Amino acid sequence: MSDPVSALNNAHYGAGIAEVSELGAVGMITLRGDINTRGVQKGAVDVAGVKMPAPLHCVTDGSAGIAWMSPDELLIMCNYADVAKKLETLRGKTAKVHALAVNVSDARAVFELRGPHAREVLAKVAPVDLARDQFKSGMFRRTRIAQVPAAFWMPEEDVIRMVCFRSVAQYVFDVLSVASQPGSEVGYI
Amino acid sequence: MSTRLATGGRLLNKSTSVKFRFNGKYMRGYEGDTLASALLANDQMLVGRSFKYHRPRGIVAAGPEEPNGLVNLGEGSDFEPNARVTTTELFDGLRAESQNHWPSLEFDVGAINKHLSRFLPAGFYYKMFIHPRPLWKHVYEPIIRHSAGLGRAPKTRDEDTYEHFYAFCDVLVIGGGVAGLEAARASALSGARVIVMEQTAHWGGRTPVDGGDINGMPAQDWIDATLAELGAMENVTLRTRTMGAGVYDHGYVLGYERLTDHNPEAQGPRHRLWRVRAGHIITATGAIERPLSFAGNDIPGVMLAASVRDYVVNYGVSAGDRTVVVTNNDDAYLTAIALKEAGLDVPAILDARVLPEDSAAMARAKELGIRVLMGHGVSSVKGGKRVTSVAVCSQAGEGSVLEEIACDAVAMSGGWSPVVHLWSHCGGKLMWDTANACFSPDPDQPPKGADGGQFVSTAGAASGVFQLDDGLNDAFAAADGTLRCLGRKLPRDAKASQGSRNDEAPMAPVWLMPQGASVKLREKAWLDYQNDVKVSDVRLAAQEGFVSVEHAKRYTTLGMATDQGKLSNINGLATLANALGEDIPSVGTTTFRPPYHPISMAVIGGEARDAAFQPIRRTPMHDWHASNGAEFEPVGQWRRPYAYVKSGESTHDAVMREVTNTREKMGLLDASTLGKLIVKGPDAGWFLDMLYTNMMSTLKVGKCRYGLMCNDNGFLIDDGVVARIDEDTWLCHTTTGGAESIHAHMEEWLQTEWWDKKVYVANVTEQYAQIAVVGPNARNALEKLGGMDVSKEALGFMEWADGVIGGFNVRVYRISFSGELSYEIAVDAGQGQAFWDALMAVGADLGAMPYGTECLHILRAEKGFIMIGDETDGTVIPQDLNLHWALSKKKEDYLGKRAHQRSHMADPDRWKLVGLETTDGSTLPDGAYAVGEGNNANGQRNMIGRVTSSYHSPTLGKGIAMGLVHNGPDRMGEVLEFPGTDGKTYSARIVDPVFYDKEGAKQNV
Repeated sequence: MSDPVSALNNAHYGAGIAEVSELGAVGMITLRGDINTRGVQKGAVDVAGVKMPAPLHCVTDGSAGIAWMSPDELLIMCNYADVAKKLETLRGKTAKVHALAVNVSDARAVFELRGPHAREVLAKVAPVDLARDQFKSGMFRRTRIAQVPAAFWMPEEDVIRMVCFRSVAQYVFDVLSVASQPGSEVGYI
Repeated sequence: MSTRLATGGRLLNKSTSVKFRFNGKYMRGYEGDTLASALLANDQMLVGRSFKYHRPRGIVAAGPEEPNGLVNLGEGSDFEPNARVTTTELFDGLRAESQNHWPSLEFDVGAINKHLSRFLPAGFYYKMFIHPRPLWKHVYEPIIRHSAGLGRAPKTRDEDTYEHFYAFCDVLVIGGGVAGLEAARASALSGARVIVMEQTAHWGGRTPVDGGDINGMPAQDWIDATLAELGAMENVTLRTRTMGAGVYDHGYVLGYERLTDHNPEAQGPRHRLWRVRAGHIITATGAIERPLSFAGNDIPGVMLAASVRDYVVNYGVSAGDRTVVVTNNDDAYLTAIALKEAGLDVPAILDARVLPEDSAAMARAKELGIRVLMGHGVSSVKGGKRVTSVAVCSQAGEGSVLEEIACDAVAMSGGWSPVVHLWSHCGGKLMWDTANACFSPDPDQPPKGADGGQFVSTAGAASGVFQLDDGLNDAFAAADGTLRCLGRKLPRDAKASQGSRNDEAPMAPVWLMPQGASVKLREKAWLDYQNDVKVSDVRLAAQEGFVSVEHAKRYTTLGMATDQGKLSNINGLATLANALGEDIPSVGTTTFRPPYHPISMAVIGGEARDAAFQPIRRTPMHDWHASNGAEFEPVGQWRRPYAYVKSGESTHDAVMREVTNTREKMGLLDASTLGKLIVKGPDAGWFLDMLYTNMMSTLKVGKCRYGLMCNDNGFLIDDGVVARIDEDTWLCHTTTGGAESIHAHMEEWLQTEWWDKKVYVANVTEQYAQIAVVGPNARNALEKLGGMDVSKEALGFMEWADGVIGGFNVRVYRISFSGELSYEIAVDAGQGQAFWDALMAVGADLGAMPYGTECLHILRAEKGFIMIGDETDGTVIPQDLNLHWALSKKKEDYLGKRAHQRSHMADPDRWKLVGLETTDGSTLPDGAYAVGEGNNANGQRNMIGRVTSSYHSPTLGKGIAMGLVHNGPDRMGEVLEFPGTDGKTYSARIVDPVFYDKEGAKQNV
């Protein structure tokens, strides 16, 4: 095996009002199942090493995390290198319940928007209320970025992480770069 | 002449002079000027020619209602047509050119049309150009196209950038006049999130010009104090140069922010489209003054009375030295007074009313020595490119001239109409206000949201209340009502701001001046300046039977110009009502549609241009393809290599080379775009049996099976190879275009119909790079890379296995869409390029070459394999393609099974798949139809089949094709005729669709 290559190899745009970066390879597992059952929850929590998130939320701690995707889907995040082992563990722990766990690490690209204008840049391309008292750290939103599906959360104030499909990584990078062009501060959020 | 006054101009910064050009002539203005005020300051009253008659036209208004002042702005990459001079802020270096004239603004050949006006009445185009029919295309249309439109189309790419912005608030106030500010102030006291949008660069609206006190202080002081108060509130956002363009369902509003129009050198986007979700909308959009309909009311120098006042007070510009005021209301007296106070001459005020006693405004005018003629009006305005005098008549008569008053400007006022556009966009109804002779919002019939509750309110003049005190009370009440709708409350101690009041005499509706104006005068009385619609045109429309206001509008083009009838609408429908002998409210208004005022096309696109125009999906090997000669073709949003063209080679040559090389040596195909759906669960086998026409539940672990999928109407929607991964898990390959739609199709059935079945689906298409290694040397190459056993014994045809090849973790499927020995190998996407490189390296000695989609198509066509989208088009069923073998007879049910039993589907006359071989070896045109005997009811030749795929096969050295033909399989050997669009007729023989290796010996080795 070669070193895994992420979609944009840590591309970065820093000339605008927020910093746009592709974060490289991130481990991700899609877990589908009845997430209200103990079996599924226990499997997810044990493998991810963080607590269960509430609906529309995520719990993250460094590279570890669980995001609530839908009433029957969770996204487990971890180090890229740990995916195979964690997937095997998860499949073992959920073997007795009806569930589906698959590796989607390579199917995704992960971006970060950083800086005091990060919220505004995102609000130009995602139809989400990003006011400081509305979208807070710990929330997780599946929506779109311009014309493609995406999901995002805020590990800390002024830092937004987002996930999109790998094939459109260049598009998302281009869109975020345009949206953060110099002189485009909105002064709203 | 119009000129700059020594004093006045509250919006100007007179210390900064600004240079600009109009029609190549250098002019000067001040910072704070609009292009309109700067042109007037330079005595440039004439700004354009009208659309139809090319009449000289001057500036009429001072705001977005301006119909005449449209110019081509800028040059090259910043060129923009139809820029309105009244809404264009002046900046240094601005370049403007007037429109719709040739050769020049001063001398225009097209003006001959005005002498033909008798022959160009309403409906002229419909009457003239309908006969004879053949003349339309070659004579009429080119002439009309040449004469249509005011501005030029831009020819250079727009270099500016644009963006959207999603905003959310509780209360959105549109309009930053005193009513808007009061409504915002009151709303904000509740703690609600408030946005206030003002289309101009200034707050306060008309009130600073019209005067009055608020809370005992001059209006401007109150505006400043209120702005300071709002500015200090965290929950309030104030945006100038931002117009509320449209109100849509669910509290959705588009705001149009012009960021750098006034300062083109500034960084950042030019326009921003605010996409706002508001809990409630308050429209404080003010009112627009109406013109009066008298002969010559379009001659440059005739302006709206309040606009004349605006130019004096806001910009220190006089429209003329001697201004006659003509009115049916008290408001226009303020203009006469303002002009007089600025030291200008007002020879007379012609007031159409006859009042029992002087109103306060009238008394004040008389005090200033202005002559007031009650019961009088304008018979006609004299002048060509500029007003020279006014012929006075009595309003009650037919226009006999009593006297002529020399003047160079006329200030007219026919009363005020509230701006009800935004109220009306989502269905707010209007009512007729007899006292003010205008349509105003009917508070009992507001726009309603999904919950049945009101979501738009009006404030101030937009509600049809025109006094300052009433307007502020109305705005406060609008805020109170809005907060109630939102379940919020005003603080107990909140109070409305108190405005002063001017006692006014009632206005009198005047729809024609004089009321008995002769035809000759009516033919010179304009309603719609931009589209050249006159009182006589609307009367003619009524006479010809256009009784509906919507029909009359389209017949006469009244209100259809870029100003969308802001000035002409009410006058036009009042004229129509008079002609029909009906009440104005029973005639009604035309429909108000967004945008309120034109917005740039580019802002609608926002960031979607250049690289961000649309998402292009790239496989992990995309860059390699691009740098190795790939010519891409779009497949959905993907870009797939069509062929890898080497230097000196044509695309066709490249495709032929790729086919031959793959058949004889080895080809590599990037198959990553094909859909990969994991289906898992105790009921997964049952589920797939329902989705596919053939049996998937019996597939053994480690095996693959080709399957067909129909929709519930029986039509083929997808195909692909399904692999059984383990007892509970299948992997379904879909077509490239089907990955998302088939995933959605599965979820739809699972969520809505079979919600009780235990099945989960995951789309893992992009997790893998999938590479097809194809050709006689394929196994050799994989064995050279080393790793898992890929021999026939270990991995037979239609089997799959996990393993390691060349150090890569792989899943290998022995499936073939080419008829050759073939392995489709999936690796994690992040390994895709490395694995591709490894295959190319090891294949170098084995003749490995990449191949594109066209080669793929030829390979499959030689084998007679169908392609979804070529052999199918949404109307084709498996039986049409002789795929009966894939329709399970054992299964009780599957999607499409019942549909296939319908009479039309079971009809033996359906066209069926056959192979086609031209008699001369040439290639049939794709999509060509085979013709049969005789003609159909439309006199067209009867069709008996069509070509679905057609290629030149280098393997066979001739053209091969597939097609659907009536009774095709029963007509083997028959020769059909295919007329091409190139004038030639092609002859092709019906043959077996499998042209190559019918036994399948080559793929099963």
